[in-house]
Amino acid sequence: MTTQRIATLRLQAVGLHDRLSAWHWSEYLFWVLVAASYFLFPSRHLLMNEIAILALFSLSLDLILGYAGVISLGHAAFFGLGAYTAGIITKFGVTDPLIGLGCATLAATALGLATSFLALRGSDLTRLMVTLGVALVLYEIANRLGWLTGGADGLQGMDVGPILGFDFDIFGAVANAYSLIVLFVLFLIARRVVHSPFGWSLRAIRDNPLRAAAIGVPVRGRLVAVYTLGAAYAGVAGALLAQTTQFASLDVLAFHRSADVLLMVTIGGVGYLYGGLIGALVFKIMQDTLSNLTPQYWEFWIGLVLVVLVLGGRDWLERLAALVARRTRPGAGR
Amino acid sequence: MRNRFGLLGAAMLGLGVASASAQEVARVGVILPMTGPFASTGKQVVAGMRLYLAQHGDVVAGRRIELLLKDDGGVPDVTKRLAQELVINDHVVALGGFGLTPLALAASSVATQAKVPEIVMAAATSSITEASPYISRTSQALPQTVAPFTDWCIANGIRSVVTIVTDYGPGYDAEKWFKEPFEKQGGKVVAALRVPVANPDFAPFLQRAADAKPDAIFIFVPAGVGAVVMKQFAERGLDKAGVRLIGTGDVVDDDLLNNMGDVTLGMITSQHYSAAHDSDLNRRFVADFGKANEGMRPNFMGVSGYDGMALIARAIARTGGDTDGTKLIEAMKGQSWESPRGPVLIDPATREIVQNDYIRRTERRDGQLWNIEFATIPMVRDPAKAGK
Repeated sequence: MTTQRIATLRLQAVGLHDRLSAWHWSEYLFWVLVAASYFLFPSRHLLMNEIAILALFSLSLDLILGYAGVISLGHAAFFGLGAYTAGIITKFGVTDPLIGLGCATLAATALGLATSFLALRGSDLTRLMVTLGVALVLYEIANRLGWLTGGADGLQGMDVGPILGFDFDIFGAVANAYSLIVLFVLFLIARRVVHSPFGWSLRAIRDNPLRAAAIGVPVRGRLVAVYTLGAAYAGVAGALLAQTTQFASLDVLAFHRSADVLLMVTIGGVGYLYGGLIGALVFKIMQDTLSNLTPQYWEFWIGLVLVVLVLGGRDWLERLAALVARRTRPGAGR
Repeated sequence: MRNRFGLLGAAMLGLGVASASAQEVARVGVILPMTGPFASTGKQVVAGMRLYLAQHGDVVAGRRIELLLKDDGGVPDVTKRLAQELVINDHVVALGGFGLTPLALAASSVATQAKVPEIVMAAATSSITEASPYISRTSQALPQTVAPFTDWCIANGIRSVVTIVTDYGPGYDAEKWFKEPFEKQGGKVVAALRVPVANPDFAPFLQRAADAKPDAIFIFVPAGVGAVVMKQFAERGLDKAGVRLIGTGDVVDDDLLNNMGDVTLGMITSQHYSAAHDSDLNRRFVADFGKANEGMRPNFMGVSGYDGMALIARAIARTGGDTDGTKLIEAMKGQSWESPRGPVLIDPATREIVQNDYIRRTERRDGQLWNIEFATIPMVRDPAKAGK
C-alpha cells in the first residue's frame, strides 16, 4: 500500500514538474520576436547587441538573486574579469572569439568559486559589503596593472578575428547575431537548470534556508554552485562586450555596472529568468530614448521612471505575466 | 516592449532616409560626457561649438551644419556605439567632442573604418592623434603646455619640484614631460606622486609633497577637479606655510576659478588659453559665450569646442561642400586661423594643433579672478611627436 502511495505521489510530482517546466506559448513568442527584431531593425544592431549582452548579465544576476536569494552589489567583478580576459588573450594573439569566450568563462568561474566562500558568509548586509569589496579590489588591480590592462586609458589594440568565418562589421550585424545566439544557448541551459531538482532546491533555500537544511538540502554546497554559475554567466557577458566593441576599459569593473544590473533585474522582476532580459531591454531603450531627447537631463527622467516603477510594485511585470498565464491556461497557477 | 522597439527603429530609419534626401544638410555628431563627473567638460565644449555656429552662421559652402549631441556619460563602450550609430544611421560627416582619453581612443577604430574625421576637442593624451589617420585635435597635447613651462621654472630659480598628477594617460604625459626637460636643464624632481582618477583626495599627497620641502609643487589634474585641490591646499594651511604651487592651467580652470577664492592669487600656471587673453576676438568670444550660457565663463574646453567647429566649417569650405571624409581630413591639414586663444595651426604631418603656450599669474581684477598671461612661448608643436 505504502509503496503504491509513494509511486502515485512520485507520478504526481513528475506531472507537476513537467507542467511547471513546460514551455508556455508566450515564451515561444518572446524568442520569435527576438529573432524577428534582428531582421526588422538592421540599423539598430549595435543597440540590440548591447541589450543582448546586458540581458545575459542580468540573467546571471537573476540566477543568484532571484533563485537563490543571494544579493550582490559587486557582480561587475565577474563581468569585468570576463571582459579583460577576452581582451588580453586577443591582444596576445589568440584572436578566435570562441576560444576567448571559453577562457573568459573559465576565469570568471574560478573567481566565482573562490569568492563564493567569502560572499556566502553572514547576512544580506555582509554579502552586499563583501561583493562590493571584491569588485572594488578587482577594479584597483586592473588600474594598477597598467602594462597589462592599459590602466585608465583602456585596453588598446584588440583585433578580434572572424567568428566561424564571419568578420565583425561596423554595422554590428555579426556582433549582434553572435551575442543573441550566445544569449539564447545560455538561456536554454539556465532554464534547464532552474527547472531541475537542483533549481527547486535553490528556491527552497531562498524561501527558508533553515527549513531547506532540515529536509536535507545541502544549503552551502548549492549556494556555492549557483554563485559560481552566475559568475560564469557574467564572465561570458563581459567577454561578449569586449569582443564586440573590441575594447575594454576600467569601466567594465566600475560600481555603476553592478548597480545598473541590479536595477535591470528589479525592473523586469526577479526569479523567472525573463525578468533580467525584459529589464535590460526596458532599461536600455528607456536610456537610449531619453538621452536622445535630452542629453543633459535624461538621468532625471530615468530616475523618476524608476521611482514610479518601484512604487508601483517591484514585480509588476511578473504579476502581469501571471495574470496572462492564468487567463490563457486555467488551473496551471504558479 | 518589442513594439516600442519597433517604433523607435522605424523612426531612426525614417531619419536616415530624410537626411539622405536633404542634400543640403551636413550633420556633425557630437559625443560628450553631458552627465556624470565630467559633465562640465561636455557643457563647455558644446557651448563653444554652438557659439561658433551662432556667430558665423550655420551654412558653409551651401551646406547647413547641424549638430547631433549625444551623451556617453564618460563610458567608452557607449562612446563607441554612439559613434557607430551616428556614422551608420545619421550619416554624419564628422565626429566631434570626446571628453577623456579612453573615450577618444574607443571611437578611433570607427573613424578609421568609416573614414570619417574625428575631431578631439577635450582629451589631451599626446598619443591620441596617432590612433587613426582620421583624427585631428583642437584641444591640446599635454606636453605642449608642460615642456615649455620648465624653461620658465629654471629661469625663475625653481630647482627642486615634487610633481602630483592624476593617475591616467594625460597625467603620465604631464609627469614625463615636466621631468625630462626640467632635469635636462639642471632641475631635480624629488618625488613624483600619482593620485587616483576616481574620488580623488589630494590632502595626503599635498602633505607628502610639502614634507619634501621642494621649491615648488607641480600639479596636473583633469578639468573640473582643480577646485578640490585648491580647497584642500588651503585647508591644510599649506598656502600660509610658504609652499609654492605651480601647474598646468587645468588647476585654475576659468570655469571654476571665481569659486576657488583667494588661495589661487599669485599662482603661476601654463596653458594655451585664458579667458583673460588680450585680443578683441577673445573679448567678443567671452562676452558672447557668457550671454548665451547664463554668464558662464569659457575655459580651455569651451575654446576647443569653438575651434573644433571652426576646423570642421573651414574644411567644408575648402572642399567646396564636399563631405567625403578623406577629403575633409585632407582639407583640415595645414589650416591656420586666429582663435580666441591666439594663432593656431593644424600640423599637416601629425594633424595635431600647434599653438602658443602662455605663462599666467592668477590675479584679481574688477572683483573677479583671472589668469593674466605675462609670457608667451610662440607656436609650440607637441614635443612628444617632434622627436619621432
